[in-house]
Amino acid sequence: MTTLRDWLIDDSPASPMQARLGRFYRIFGALMHNPLAVVGAIIILVLVLTALFAPWIATHDPLRQALGERLLPPSAAHWMGTDELGRDIWSRVVYGARITLAIVTLVAVLAAPAGLVIGVAAGYFGGWVDRILMGITDIFLSLPKLILALAFVAALGPGIENAIIAIAITSWPGYARVARAETMTFKNSEFISAVRLLGASSLRVNLGHVLPLCTSSMIVRVTLDMAGIILTAAGLGFIGLGAQPPLPEWGAMISRGRSFILDQWWVATMPGFAIILVSLGFCFLGDGLRDVLDPKSGEQR
Amino acid sequence: MADNNTTTAPAPTRRAGLQSPGRRRLFSLLGFLVTLGVTFIGLLAITFFIGRIVPIDPVLAVVGDRAPVAVYERVREEMGLDRPLAAQFVSYVGDVVTGNFGTAVSTGKPVIEDLARVFPATLEMATLGIILGVLIGVPLGVIAASRRGSWLDQGIRVVGLLGYSVPAFWLGLVGLAVFYAKLKWVGGPGRVDIFYDGVVTPITGLILVDSIIAGDWEIFRNAVWHLILPASCLGFFSLAYIARMTRSFMLDQLSQEYVTTARVKGVPERLVIWRHAFRPIRVPLITVIGLSYAGLLEGSVMIETIFSWPGIGNYLTVALLNADMAAVLGSTLVIGAVFIGINKISDVLYRVLDPRAR
Repeated sequence: MTTLRDWLIDDSPASPMQARLGRFYRIFGALMHNPLAVVGAIIILVLVLTALFAPWIATHDPLRQALGERLLPPSAAHWMGTDELGRDIWSRVVYGARITLAIVTLVAVLAAPAGLVIGVAAGYFGGWVDRILMGITDIFLSLPKLILALAFVAALGPGIENAIIAIAITSWPGYARVARAETMTFKNSEFISAVRLLGASSLRVNLGHVLPLCTSSMIVRVTLDMAGIILTAAGLGFIGLGAQPPLPEWGAMISRGRSFILDQWWVATMPGFAIILVSLGFCFLGDGLRDVLDPKSGEQR
Repeated sequence: MADNNTTTAPAPTRRAGLQSPGRRRLFSLLGFLVTLGVTFIGLLAITFFIGRIVPIDPVLAVVGDRAPVAVYERVREEMGLDRPLAAQFVSYVGDVVTGNFGTAVSTGKPVIEDLARVFPATLEMATLGIILGVLIGVPLGVIAASRRGSWLDQGIRVVGLLGYSVPAFWLGLVGLAVFYAKLKWVGGPGRVDIFYDGVVTPITGLILVDSIIAGDWEIFRNAVWHLILPASCLGFFSLAYIARMTRSFMLDQLSQEYVTTARVKGVPERLVIWRHAFRPIRVPLITVIGLSYAGLLEGSVMIETIFSWPGIGNYLTVALLNADMAAVLGSTLVIGAVFIGINKISDVLYRVLDPRAR
């Protein structure tokens, strides 16, 4: 073990791979010293495992209706009680983890690269390209995200795919800003000039040398944004514009439980705890990652 | 709620010496007006674009799907849909500027009238929310910073993060179940009890103000009773954000040398914090409060749905469910415009109040 650790924290790594692994090791070590970040990482790990192994973790079929067991309070048989169609809420929450994970992953996959490309292009080329791209970005940034997402979904039609598209459309500008700021700091550094002198095209400079340098601040930003994405998706589901029944989406489940909140409180509250837990997990981890990867940016978010 | 909408405070321009202060001020005013104008046009372009991607054919919606082709073509021309997109956009901007937002299907009235009727309710709730958020959030942030690393600090930090993690609609529902249904501490959904509804003539549309004008204290009390829970739910989100930002600003100040100097000179800690460290953060806090206030207008969409609050958020959700695009886009425009307006005003306030940015 000692030798592996020594190899990882070696000050003069022999290969790029060793350097990269060593960097991961140092980040990981620093994260482990932040209790909140550890808690966050565990929560997200649990989310991923729950989504992967949902059929084994759930105690019932999330879609199976049992009208004889409607609105039962939490018990040994139904850990979180049952809903108005007799479906087991625990199993639905467990399967809902899949939907939540799919939403945040897809939004991140759609929005982060788009923002990255726009931001890097604006920062690298400067001038009019920068002015136009950042003008558009600033307009999007100055509008309320949730309202914009709502309007887009209203136009595209309800449904989980359209909800994901709408959230992605409202999320990219933040990433573009971060990527632009990062690019501006690297653009005139000597190693970039060296690559250019060797005859690399701007595409190659950007893809091979600028983009990779933006990743750490992008990872921080994406992680911090995850909670907001989850809340927006749940909000769309709650209003009835996101995931459609019978999908066990947490926001939609809360919406169904709304009519029973006074007598059967568990129907609406249980999925809410899941949303809070997962969002908190991303916040904790994001905060920790920022402290490690991007200590300068402080609390500005 | 108020996440990510940080329009970072403007860096002070360093052109001093070349131009007279008056000219400089004029230039910065012009620049400000240009950005404001561009942002508003951007907002209009986005709502226009959303209006175009609706899969429902607006002509079919008017003529019905069994109309003959000639009728269809005529209506299409009358609606101006055969003209180039740019021309359509110009007439759209003209419509919006003259207050013609179309007619809402759900109420059958012009959207602009509906919006004018519902907006005060939202304004009232968001204003009380931000007041609560500032009154509680700022002291919490200061306390957290002055006891950095303590359990109190950790607790306040978690409260701050909860502001990013709790769904507003869930908080509203749980609040209703606990404080209205169980404890009966507050009034239920709506702005007043049903039998008080419509008793006070709306003058400002703010029921608290109207009932004071009418001198009807019973209704005033009843309205407060109804307002307090939704406003507290909203206020929680601004509290979380404001506490977080206050803490970070304070930590910045407390690490400065002048604070050490004050401490070395034996100034009591309470004075160090409130008289020395707190003063310089008042200006950036104004920006934060402005952002948070704008964010509450957005957050009110969910809260209003829960509390059947007859504000713009509720209006918007009803319109969304009916695919009533004129009402949806009108509400989006108004919320967007107010949002932009508040953001820009706090920007300007920052410049005016911070001597370094002047």
